[in-house]
Amino acid sequence: MSDFQIKKSSIVYDAIIVGSGAGGGMAAYVLAHAGQKVLMLEAGQNFDPRIDSHQMKWPWESPRRGAGTTRPFGDFDASYGGWQLDGEPYTKKDKTEFDWFRSRMLGGRTNHWGRISLRMGPEDFKPTDGLTEDWPITYDDVKPFYDKVDRMIGIYGTVEGLKNEPDGIFMKPPKPRLNELFIKKGAEKAGVKVITGRGAVMTESIKGNNDRAPCFYCGQCGRGCKVYGDFSASSCLVMPAQTTGNLTVITDAMVREVITDKDGTAKGVSYVNRIDLQEYQVTGKLVILGASACESARILLNSKSSQHPNGLANNSGVVGKYLHDSTGAGVYGFLPQLMDRKRYNEDGLGSIHIYSPWWLDNKKLDFPRGYHIEYGGGMGMPSYGFGGGVASMNGMVPDKSGKMKEAGGYGAALKEDYRRFYGTSVGMAGRGTAIAREDNYCEIDPSVVDKFGIPVLTFHYKWAKEEILQAKHMQETFLSIMKEMDGVVTSKIHGPETNYGLEAPGKIIHEVGTIRMGDDPKKSALNKYCQAHDCKNLFVVDAGPFVQQGDKNATWTILALSMRTAEYILAEKKRQNL
Amino acid sequence: MNRRDSLKALGLTALSTTVLVGACNSDVKKETSSTVLEPQAGREKWEVERDEKLKSETFFTKHEMATITVLVDIIIPRDNVSGSATDAKVPEFIEFIVKDMPYHQTPLRGGLKWLDIQCFNQFEKPFVEASAQQQISIIDEIAYPIKAKPEMSAGVAFFNRMRDLTASGFYTTEIGVKDIGYVGNTPNQWDGVPADVLKQYGLENVKV
Repeated sequence: MSDFQIKKSSIVYDAIIVGSGAGGGMAAYVLAHAGQKVLMLEAGQNFDPRIDSHQMKWPWESPRRGAGTTRPFGDFDASYGGWQLDGEPYTKKDKTEFDWFRSRMLGGRTNHWGRISLRMGPEDFKPTDGLTEDWPITYDDVKPFYDKVDRMIGIYGTVEGLKNEPDGIFMKPPKPRLNELFIKKGAEKAGVKVITGRGAVMTESIKGNNDRAPCFYCGQCGRGCKVYGDFSASSCLVMPAQTTGNLTVITDAMVREVITDKDGTAKGVSYVNRIDLQEYQVTGKLVILGASACESARILLNSKSSQHPNGLANNSGVVGKYLHDSTGAGVYGFLPQLMDRKRYNEDGLGSIHIYSPWWLDNKKLDFPRGYHIEYGGGMGMPSYGFGGGVASMNGMVPDKSGKMKEAGGYGAALKEDYRRFYGTSVGMAGRGTAIAREDNYCEIDPSVVDKFGIPVLTFHYKWAKEEILQAKHMQETFLSIMKEMDGVVTSKIHGPETNYGLEAPGKIIHEVGTIRMGDDPKKSALNKYCQAHDCKNLFVVDAGPFVQQGDKNATWTILALSMRTAEYILAEKKRQNL
Repeated sequence: MNRRDSLKALGLTALSTTVLVGACNSDVKKETSSTVLEPQAGREKWEVERDEKLKSETFFTKHEMATITVLVDIIIPRDNVSGSATDAKVPEFIEFIVKDMPYHQTPLRGGLKWLDIQCFNQFEKPFVEASAQQQISIIDEIAYPIKAKPEMSAGVAFFNRMRDLTASGFYTTEIGVKDIGYVGNTPNQWDGVPADVLKQYGLENVKV
């Protein structure tokens, strides 16, 4: 006899939210604070930065000294997940490339992100070059929500008055490090604007918020912050929502599909528990997906019924299409003038101190849109890989007595070289706009399931000349900045055979656009409030609804749009439309 | 939470973690390897299990470890600033890391063998039994990648890997961090580049 059964809960929640990252977390925060009874399903395990963060650990506290063997961004990174998950494959079509980073933890990828928090600008919502479709909303529609997110979560930066780089409500920014001053000087000579960074790190207290303490400058945001000084969806959204008593969180709940009624409305969600492999069904008046752009698309495409034969919210057929990640490419090297530099603590904070917003006019360029530049380097905490370049760098510049020496070596002289070169590193990376295209997509692989029996995604993604020419421009710009700051380039200089260093799609972990919003139900899955055209009690609050990403990192826009959607839900409930 | 409270919380957390790890270690020592591992904060179960498994295995032979021990101290010897690679337990680190990153195994095992053969051909002794002068004469042939003779390229590749692993293992210990002068990883108020440093580089007037 089989003991297979599906456990059905008798509670009917006001809303079921799938995913606990920026989008799911914000929706839960707003709804729970408004008295809605909310159930949140998270595919991964619990994670509280106060307890689980590896902040302030020394390299020797990791047997692999912080290397990325088991965690792609290092042993101390706040990440349960990675590019490949055991028993949860994804596939690729037509020899195209896509790398998919998935987190399986409370707070999702907000635990280890770079905290770089840029608003999309007026031209990102309504492009003037006619190349991609307009969003159904404008910057002015989103601005009040960006403002509220700024005040609620905290962001540092400086008011600059730039046209397509809108200012926020900023806390005091960190001062630049030594290498960043050299960058500023060199970049300006190369014609590249450099301004103060913008990041979701609390550099000042937030009035009335006693759960979080300001940044104490360890520079380790990626490990998670034990005093909740930076933005993670767990510490800033989900846990505060739980204290209202209105939010129930179930972890290790891997969602299979959204269940719909005979009339096509969403009535709940079925999931499998990752640990005991038992099957569950939960019921709610609303279903809100915030599982990540691709995971939410997967859930929709797997939610087939007679009412929704093409998958849920997919009468238009656009679900999974228009997938786009940011472009990315970088150059690094060292600054010989910083050899033998004075030691002091320059950890600073764990997001960017400075950056270059897009500064050029496309009329004079051979590619559309643009990119911003993030900078790094300096006297960081040693970890696995430390000193790796020294045995070639020591042949590039004169030694202390002014003589050139043979690269390589060993012994006391080499030991002296490690000291001389420490803190001279400098690097820069571009993050740019990739064009949303119908033929870059994810869809269900008809022949592959994961270990839970859930059909998996297959990806089809190709860069086109717009992205490749942009990467070429990035590399030329970076090399010219390096030259102007008298830096020595040690990274590989790429040619057309490697797309000028353009990273594979997915690698920048800004994938968006798979459940796009729009006014026309034939060409979009969601309306301008991220509500499904074909299923009025279904919403998407991750980056799936993005029509076209700017060069700005996605998180701040996810937060603003999710807040906007949650407030719309409350308003519609009041009007009894939901 | 104000700053003082938060720092106190940090201190306590650090302390309790140490106590937990200590307690966990002594359990492992007392009991057999079938002990159920205690969950660790911030680690997935499979990570803890994997680390324990790697630590229970041995890759290098005694002879290989003896050779590694000589090599790492040639690369990073004691000087007037800090101790040697073996003082910082670099050989133990290398033993762990080749199990963690198995792609190091064949190049290191093969490279050690290459070194012994090279030494035997020249001095009729394996590397560890050669005199310090003989050892250095071989190292000089493989420690300078551009200058090295083409027939020594396998040795150059081996020594490059050995040098990098030694640096990784050394500068990530207390001895190494102190030597290199990293003084962060402590709560502070970052107020920008110190005035004397700005002056040294003539950057007093550069503003972002």
